[in-house]
Amino acid sequence: MKSFDRSDSKLVLAHILFAFAALLIGGVAGLLQSMVKSGSIELPANIGYYELLTAHGVLMALIFTTYFIVGFLYSGVSHTLGGKLLPASRKFGWAGYMLMSLGTVMGVIVILLGKASVLYTFYAPMKASPWFYIALALVVVGSWLSGFGIFYQYVRWKRGNKGKLSPLFAYMSVVTMLLWQICTIGVAIEVVVQLIPWSFGWVDTVNVVLSRTLFWYFGHPLVYFWLLPAYICWYVVIPKVIGGKIFSDSLARLSFMLFLLFSIPVGFHHQLMEPGISPFWKYLQVVLTFMVIIPSLMTAFSMFATFELYGRSKGAKGTFGWVKKLPWKDVRFFAPFMGMLIFIPAGAGGIINASNQMNAVVHNTLWVTGHFHITVATSVALTFFGILYWLIPAITGRVLTPRMNKLGIIQTITWCVGMFFMSGAMHIVGLLGSPRRTAYNSYNDHPDAVLWMPYHVAMAIGGTILFIGVILIICNIVGLLRAPRGETEYPIGEVSEASEKTPAFLERWGVWIGIAVALILFAYTIPLIDMIRDTVPSPGYVTW
Amino acid sequence: MHLHRLEKIWLKFGISMLAVFLIVLGIMAFSMGMKPPSEHHHTVDPTKVAEMAPFDNPGLNQIGKNHYEAVMTAYAFGFEPAEPMQVPVGSKVDFIVTTSDVVHGFAIVGTNVNMMIVPGEISHISHTFDKPGEYLILCNEYCGTGHEYMATTIVVQ
Repeated sequence: MKSFDRSDSKLVLAHILFAFAALLIGGVAGLLQSMVKSGSIELPANIGYYELLTAHGVLMALIFTTYFIVGFLYSGVSHTLGGKLLPASRKFGWAGYMLMSLGTVMGVIVILLGKASVLYTFYAPMKASPWFYIALALVVVGSWLSGFGIFYQYVRWKRGNKGKLSPLFAYMSVVTMLLWQICTIGVAIEVVVQLIPWSFGWVDTVNVVLSRTLFWYFGHPLVYFWLLPAYICWYVVIPKVIGGKIFSDSLARLSFMLFLLFSIPVGFHHQLMEPGISPFWKYLQVVLTFMVIIPSLMTAFSMFATFELYGRSKGAKGTFGWVKKLPWKDVRFFAPFMGMLIFIPAGAGGIINASNQMNAVVHNTLWVTGHFHITVATSVALTFFGILYWLIPAITGRVLTPRMNKLGIIQTITWCVGMFFMSGAMHIVGLLGSPRRTAYNSYNDHPDAVLWMPYHVAMAIGGTILFIGVILIICNIVGLLRAPRGETEYPIGEVSEASEKTPAFLERWGVWIGIAVALILFAYTIPLIDMIRDTVPSPGYVTW
Repeated sequence: MHLHRLEKIWLKFGISMLAVFLIVLGIMAFSMGMKPPSEHHHTVDPTKVAEMAPFDNPGLNQIGKNHYEAVMTAYAFGFEPAEPMQVPVGSKVDFIVTTSDVVHGFAIVGTNVNMMIVPGEISHISHTFDKPGEYLILCNEYCGTGHEYMATTIVVQ
């Protein structure tokens, strides 16, 4: 077994450690928020709830995820495409890292100075400091460079291996980064063309409806950018970890392509309750949104097929006997599996959110906050945590000890319990009407608002347990970095013998990108013309 | 591309359910009047809201038997009219709302009234109040430091 390339290991580790530093700081902000929201504590006068909320959102949703994803994808691309990164790819990786880090540090400083309490959605016409927008632009451009490194490695590999099927991990990484490149164009236009000139005062007004639409053109595929790397782990890594096989290579690739097509032309389902968009286009994008259910069903089938086939190969009997054969005591399986399991109710909640008129029941309530805490902060986060237990040993030449494995299981359970209380309470109180993104207030003891209070306390209890979970995962990372030396294999699953040969059309990138662009133009052109023509622009305000 | 027999059944079932669901949503939206609120562009100059009709005179107007029109302006951090509006039980109220500054939310707790208020646009939604009570109207989109204090009520008696 060939050990992981030393220089690549540095690049991957730098990304992962940065990601978890962001998780720790974001976690502190999250803990404080849940305490304030429930009325348990009051912050000292110079720290505001909304500064904490902005920092929490930016660090968790944008920084933690992006750094981890880039690190994880580079590790797999290095391992599966030739065993090490080409010098140019590695340079792209480091350049991306530097730019993103510069942007992150700048952004956090501006937020903590109270110059950008606009939350991570930074809706105009709330006007933050131009340096906040520049910081965000640096993070996005940095992530583009990281993407270019992956594309370069892939293209060079294809050239050197004519006619050969690319490794599944690399293929999926390319799809993920392609999705990211296409969707971040929207937010880049919003930030660079609209917000930065306006924030500097070079132009007086901003087209608010357009800025929101550009944001959500990016904002929904963003969630698939979080999810697809978790799916890479589920499709490619988990089969190897449990000792089974990948159910079908071609279906795995097809599902990723469908995610690419149907996660972008769908941003209006975040804007269902707002003016400026006609109901026809809202409904059309709702229909496109629901197309992602098809690859989701395919993914669910593949996962459980892999599990069942493995269990039966170990002699499992009966309809559900295979469940018992799964390696429940192995954190590399257990953590992502809990993520998968929780994704079933989480996905159902997502269907509710996107259901056109039904969105009125939950829009901007704590239900939505609860929703993305069980999707990205549980399904995705637990999968990422589960990856650490083999990735860090594999790239640093160490081994996972039984004790570390046990600590990992404890961390996973802590996370699930914390999230059960926090996200569960958020879902219920959201249905009772409690608004999201709101500091403590009893609304003059209005009876409806008083009814929310116990749930807000449950959220604080859950938040506290989750904070313990953050501390535990940080301790586990320190433990993994000091684990005994040894060889750990980078787990890449093999495709089941029963599965058929993968058709070549799944790698005709031009065709797939063409379809994606056509769908985007179809879903957005007419509404955008409307917005540019009919909207009255607005000046900026600082309301914090 | 080969699909396992069980996977075919699974996908056929899933996709059929999806189609039925989307058709139901579409029919409800377009032929039963349950479209999401604020159908299209109704624009207003966001810097001149207080001078333009109807927002120069926010408040409740009776426009028919048991039918009212509530003209409201959202601002950081409150709503005009400031005094709670009062309507009889069974009234239908058409809310016509805009903002004089940033983006706000407009939600009435315990109802399906929930919409965004965006500068330059006028949002519309109607609701029939069948039960008496003091309904909490609140801003549910972050709008600045005092966001959590942005609320009013409508009294149904």
